[in-house]
Amino acid sequence: MRYLPLQEKDRKEMLNTIGKSSQEELFAHLPKDALNKAHFNLPLHQPEWEVEECMQNFAKQNITALEAPFFLGAGAYRHYIPSSVDYMIQRGEFLTSYTPYQPEISQGTLQYLFEFQSQVATLTGMDVANSSLYDGATSTVEAVLMARRLTGRSKVLLSGHLHPQYIQVIQTYASMMDITVQVLPPVFNKEGTEDIIDSIDSSTACIVTQCPGFLGHIYDYRPIIEAAHKNKALHIGVITEIISLGLLNGPGNYGADIVVAEGQSLGNPLNYGGPYLGLFATRDLYKRLMPGRLVGESIDADGKRGFIMTLVAREQHIRRARATSNICTNSGLCSLAFTMHMTLLGGAGLKKLAWLNHAKACQLAEKIKTSKLNIKILPQQYFNEFVVELPCCAESLVNRLVKSKILAGIPLSRFYPNKPAFKNFLLIACTELTSEQDMDLLITVLKREIS
Amino acid sequence: MKQDTFTKNAGLTIEEPLIFERQNWSSSGVDIPNAPNVVSPLDASSLRKEAPELPGLSEPEAVRHFTRLSQKNFGIDTGMFPLGSCTMKHNPRLNEKIARLPGFSQVHPLQPLSSVQGSLSVLWHLTNWLKELTGMAAVDLTPAAGAHGELCGLFFIKKALQSRGELEKRTTILVPDSAHGTNPATAAQCGFQVESIPSTADGILDIEKLKVALNEKTAALMLTNPNTCGLFEKDSLEIADLLHKNGSYYYCDGANFNALLGQVKPRDLGIDVMHINLHKTFSTPHGGGGPGSGPVVMTEELKPFSPTPFVQKNEDGSFYLVENNKTSLGRIKSFHGQMGMFIRALSYMMSHGIDGLKQVSADAVLNATYLQYQLKDTLGLPFSEPCMHEALFDDRSLRQNHVETLDLAKILEDEGFHPMTTYFPLVVQGAMLIEPTETESKEQIDLFIATIKYWVERCKTAEGQKHFKEAPFYTPRRRFDEAGTARNPKLRWKKERI
Repeated sequence: MRYLPLQEKDRKEMLNTIGKSSQEELFAHLPKDALNKAHFNLPLHQPEWEVEECMQNFAKQNITALEAPFFLGAGAYRHYIPSSVDYMIQRGEFLTSYTPYQPEISQGTLQYLFEFQSQVATLTGMDVANSSLYDGATSTVEAVLMARRLTGRSKVLLSGHLHPQYIQVIQTYASMMDITVQVLPPVFNKEGTEDIIDSIDSSTACIVTQCPGFLGHIYDYRPIIEAAHKNKALHIGVITEIISLGLLNGPGNYGADIVVAEGQSLGNPLNYGGPYLGLFATRDLYKRLMPGRLVGESIDADGKRGFIMTLVAREQHIRRARATSNICTNSGLCSLAFTMHMTLLGGAGLKKLAWLNHAKACQLAEKIKTSKLNIKILPQQYFNEFVVELPCCAESLVNRLVKSKILAGIPLSRFYPNKPAFKNFLLIACTELTSEQDMDLLITVLKREIS
Repeated sequence: MKQDTFTKNAGLTIEEPLIFERQNWSSSGVDIPNAPNVVSPLDASSLRKEAPELPGLSEPEAVRHFTRLSQKNFGIDTGMFPLGSCTMKHNPRLNEKIARLPGFSQVHPLQPLSSVQGSLSVLWHLTNWLKELTGMAAVDLTPAAGAHGELCGLFFIKKALQSRGELEKRTTILVPDSAHGTNPATAAQCGFQVESIPSTADGILDIEKLKVALNEKTAALMLTNPNTCGLFEKDSLEIADLLHKNGSYYYCDGANFNALLGQVKPRDLGIDVMHINLHKTFSTPHGGGGPGSGPVVMTEELKPFSPTPFVQKNEDGSFYLVENNKTSLGRIKSFHGQMGMFIRALSYMMSHGIDGLKQVSADAVLNATYLQYQLKDTLGLPFSEPCMHEALFDDRSLRQNHVETLDLAKILEDEGFHPMTTYFPLVVQGAMLIEPTETESKEQIDLFIATIKYWVERCKTAEGQKHFKEAPFYTPRRRFDEAGTARNPKLRWKKERI
């Protein structure tokens, strides 16, 4: 057994020392019935190459973003990850370490988490950020729960721009935690305006917006923040494409109280949906009510600067039933990938990358417009993604195109299976990796399929 | 005699500033081509006036920065990491290689199902392995970590109580006093009252106290088995019986499932719901605190409440995802769970096979029992029963020499070991929870034992005690001022404004 260092000789010697005659005796105090029933219909061990071959065969059954013109987004984006990022997160000192409970021998993790918190706070325009949560959707839930703790109110108002899966996650938690959720319908006008302000009242704990919106809109949500604050409700700003902050003002710059985001776009591959990276930032005022791990600067016995986990009195291992959240794990290694990618880009690089992403989307939009195809681009202003209205069913089109190895986007019916009115809508994203040839090929096949 | 250096570096221990403290912020490690000329529809008011104020490093600088940071970190690859309850076992590199195959890593979660049959196969096979290993009827793969699995498990229980019309009535969750902090935190987050059940003098759940606590308000018991004292809860079936007769559920915190792997099926211990930490039992890397993965297994009765999405097989052998289901709890995470972790865990299971997994738990228990036996006269042994996969000690032999658990932990850092779990579980004074795991050799465990014996002897002298109090000496940093930091926390770098 390649992962087990003990040899038969060791086992015998150790069993002998502890006064047992066989390894079965180690389990002799378990219920007899359970021991007798333990038959497993499972295969025996395999050499490395056989496991690899079997897993390769699974992998080959997928069509990857590398093999096909690729236009999918909706909260998970295909960006280029510098080679050094994946090398670095595979260093054993990072990969095989634990939550840094012993700071003297965990300065590597602690320092990059401090750098990560600083990067996230700067990017979002907030005072403080934690050292990450699971993903964008669960970060949004944690923000909603924090808003309830802070305001003592239990109604949350969700913008129609919010990612439908984020809405579903909030609804699940809310139904279990006595929170009332009011959701606005998806926004299908071109400006991205919605009647949300009228729904704010004195029982509103928070109002959750997302920009760029799920269907791609960039819109001015400052009046919403103002209205929230007028009613002593908090504003939570959600971002599902973190690269957009290279180009756009973050919610923090507009006075948001909590900013949460999906950080996957920096450093983390698509991975069929996980693991991803939840970002969480807030104002200094609220730092002691935040969920998740926080790293702070400290001084050691020799007077040297170092980093430790701090404000632990909020956390489950200290406060147990009175903790701010039950969260124990964060997305450690995903935040290292984020930090290294962000460090390689720098602020100027991020801006340039963001512009490139936006320009690619503009380029595709132009091609769609000049193609004379009966395809309507809905949002007036967008970043690297927009919804289009087709003259036909988006899902069947996408399923046809996949046979010609084109991953054309995401039909909205995937999110709204019971809404026939949405069936002609297709969500399309571009990134720096979308080539002009990909776009031309998409237009060519659309001409073939639609007209 | 040691000499100061000009740079404050000490050989391979090199001081590394924050990226923000570099003089040159404008390097870049990514070459970005110029964008095509386009007319942007964006309104100027939406745009940032300036780029985010963040430093950039060239690739050589960045690689060196993070390499130097890595050298200040202790991982399983560095040395023995006997952190009880956390299961720091070797992370096989085959699993890393496989998770990075483009066929897995370059796949979008919302591609048409016909283009992701390989990923769905992985979900299907992992589900089957977990069902077979636990004997349970169904698996929810979506929770992102153990604590998330706990939350999800309690959500099912709430949902099930709701369907029985008993949600209003059953408001209490029982949790033993030795439980992980996440258990009471999760129960409270779900809106339950948490009631603590004391342990017996033998370190297991006091079944008499349980009988007293059980009443019509009890929704469930959350029990870890083996428990956090490293002991098997031998009354598991009787506990299950008591709970079920009372109309309550039996939630098992499966953090220690690695001790039972291939030996017994949790279903045969009477359990209704259990989460499994893939990053503990099935060797997916802990990564400095995540990402984890916490699938939940459950009985047939609770299956209808399982979250979406989950994988199903068509008659033609192809797979599909159930993304909407009327009785389901709903969605608890975006997309389909921690796919990268599923791939690693499945590869681990296939590598070991059922014969190997059975040996995994046997070796884990053997290593811990051997260590418990060898140290029982050196450290205090609060419970005399032979342990399972981890051995719990108290600090009575240290305290009589005026040192404590924390000091021994720091000594171990100097000796090149990661400390054991300290001061947990809370039921034992100065707890030291040692979990060697099956991936340590006898030679390493013997060295660890000898090191502890040496220092427990040395703390009998005044000189030794002074050393204990001041350790560690040889680590990249020494003890920190934790209280001072929490009083006035500095949580980010900020430019000094002049």
